[in-house]
Amino acid sequence: MGMKIGTAAFKERVDQGLSDSFMRGAVSAAQGRLRDGRLNAAEELGNWEDWRSHGEEIRKHTLEHLDYYLEMLVDNVSKRGGHVFFAQTAEEANEYITNVVKKKGAKKIVKSKSMVTEEISMNEALEKIGCDVVESDLGEWILQVDDHDPPSHIVAPALHKNKEQIRDVFRDKLGYKNSEKPEELALFAREQLREEFLAAEVGITGCNFAIADSGTVTLVTNEGNARMATTLPKTQITVMGMERIVPSWEEMEVLVSLLTRAAVGQKLTSYITALTGPKGEGDVDGPEEFHLVVVDNGRSKILGTEFQEALHCIRCAACINVCPVYRHVGGHSYGSIYPGPIGAVLSPLLGGYDDYKELPYASTLCAACTEACPVKIPLHELLIKHRQKIVEKEGKAPVFESLSMKAFRMGTASPTMYNIGSKLAPKMMKPFVKEDKIANGPGPLKNWTSIRDFPAPSNERFRDWFKNREKEESKS
Amino acid sequence: MIKGTVTNKDSFLNHVAKSLGRPRTSTRIEKPVWKYSPQQEVFKGYSQDELVKVLKLQGERIHTDVIETLVKDLPRALENVVMGYGGDSVVTWADPRFEEFGLTMLLNEGLPSKQVDVHVWDTELGDKNTEIAERANVGITFSDTTLAESGTVVLFNGKGKGRAVSLLPATYIAIIPKSTIVPRMTQVAEKVHRDNQNGEQVASCVNFISGPSNSADIEMNLIVGVHGPIKATYIIVNDK
Ligand code: SF4
Repeated sequence: MGMKIGTAAFKERVDQGLSDSFMRGAVSAAQGRLRDGRLNAAEELGNWEDWRSHGEEIRKHTLEHLDYYLEMLVDNVSKRGGHVFFAQTAEEANEYITNVVKKKGAKKIVKSKSMVTEEISMNEALEKIGCDVVESDLGEWILQVDDHDPPSHIVAPALHKNKEQIRDVFRDKLGYKNSEKPEELALFAREQLREEFLAAEVGITGCNFAIADSGTVTLVTNEGNARMATTLPKTQITVMGMERIVPSWEEMEVLVSLLTRAAVGQKLTSYITALTGPKGEGDVDGPEEFHLVVVDNGRSKILGTEFQEALHCIRCAACINVCPVYRHVGGHSYGSIYPGPIGAVLSPLLGGYDDYKELPYASTLCAACTEACPVKIPLHELLIKHRQKIVEKEGKAPVFESLSMKAFRMGTASPTMYNIGSKLAPKMMKPFVKEDKIANGPGPLKNWTSIRDFPAPSNERFRDWFKNREKEESKS
Repeated sequence: MIKGTVTNKDSFLNHVAKSLGRPRTSTRIEKPVWKYSPQQEVFKGYSQDELVKVLKLQGERIHTDVIETLVKDLPRALENVVMGYGGDSVVTWADPRFEEFGLTMLLNEGLPSKQVDVHVWDTELGDKNTEIAERANVGITFSDTTLAESGTVVLFNGKGKGRAVSLLPATYIAIIPKSTIVPRMTQVAEKVHRDNQNGEQVASCVNFISGPSNSADIEMNLIVGVHGPIKATYIIVNDK
């Protein structure tokens, strides 16, 4: 889908986000849970601040010597029999990937969750040459089955759907017959996806950290889908943003510890998989062919600027989980696959101010994000820098300067009401969701919903809608 | 090993260097002496027994049963877990430790006599191994290194140590020799790093496994067993 989600203007997206009580409730509950997890994990370590400082110094050093470490990485990958392609643009990356797939005559491709492949619209490129691309992360798969509903959170992409909605999606699209119990839903997904893994000729993964001095890529998951995608198919393609690299195993270890704690409050996720080249001589399982695609796609424009630290990001979503604005408006409002504070910093850098100039204003500058970031990126300061540049460039701030501030104040003006609304929303809303509309809720929720009887955004099939819209436009 | 191809390296890296505002680095860069090293403080000076305690506690938190046993009781303990998981079919690594720890009889006779099919990973059989693992009820491996802090077994896969054994079966058992337990990931990373610097290649696939596979993608509720094993047991054994 590319980096951009939806074509609605920022204000409309925010309104949509605000109108979806389930989403707000789910977002807020999830944020709380993930935030508490991080805080507990941090507390248990005792010296969390030292960990953060260590993370920061590692990221800083690595980015300052990025050319050096990338060279070391790819030399080692190739020594171990892996192929490397450097892609300046999304198009170059997709061209290489589709060529590999064509050469293999592959039709079915399994993917494990990866932001960068979303960013470059790889799925679409592969679908165009007739491939079936299957997302294997449970959340991503749910969205894919639901005609590519856009993700709303980096670590929990299907956060905006409740289990009844998921059951209905499975029933309508795949003939699922069981209940909305999460275990039954997951078992169904397991069975369906097993078949896909066994049939797939190519597995595609992202990369959490590449290790320069051994030529290794490291994948962090809980479900085991990245392991499946790199154990069963005969060809593996790993796509990495060029900044996702560490000097050696020693630094990988530190950053993985920071990532799993900051993202989900776990000491480690269930699976950390470190892969070096294709399978070795005498190995039975694992890919026969390994390709690493290193993607720039706008990142080098950030190097050497005052925003360089944005490239230190390890995609943990901790900043998102503490953000009061995100809590209020939900992930879709950002109109980018990178939501929340880091999204507000990164999206304008990668996608340009024209599309994303509002995002730096989607912040109250409360600095909670900066404080949460495990590698100490000064997020709120970077947002201020963006604002300064935008004002310089446009001569003024975007018209609705503090739209999000307003939205935020609305929520906090009556904290009790907001809290009741968001905490109870998933349970309370259920009986009041009529067809696709969120109808008037009871009691305190009434005020929130009566003025916002909008279609629930999760049922808006963006791609279908977008395609139709484009067709209409070309007609006229 | 035939070297792989690398495409667009110079143009790409020159551009990176230019963006950084300097010429491409051509000399060796030493990692700085880091100012912080918090990872060294975790469970510093803990005895092996104390680490076992940490590991057991963490096992509870990651939905993994942890059993402690002596070498002489290991066959019985393993059999109990296998049968508790419903027996049926087992796949194991081809790993000399099964013999060293006195498990050959159990695998060759004990389990088959209870109608449990036992398949030992056999490189000669190629992909057939994967098919068998996919249908198996229980996968069994030894742990190569074990991390107390996170309750993690570290598997250096390759040759007879197939990746699929700990991944495809419905349940998973890891046998953990007590001597393999270290405080945390730091110690493994340091060892791999040292070996690497001495020219020893790291295994093509190193897995850090902490309990059964899980997901929180449906309403943020923990669901155990998505793609990988649904249940996991660790058996800590006092070394011979
Ligand atoms: S900016 Fe920091 S907190 Fe936010 S996702 Fe990146 S690493 Fe995590």
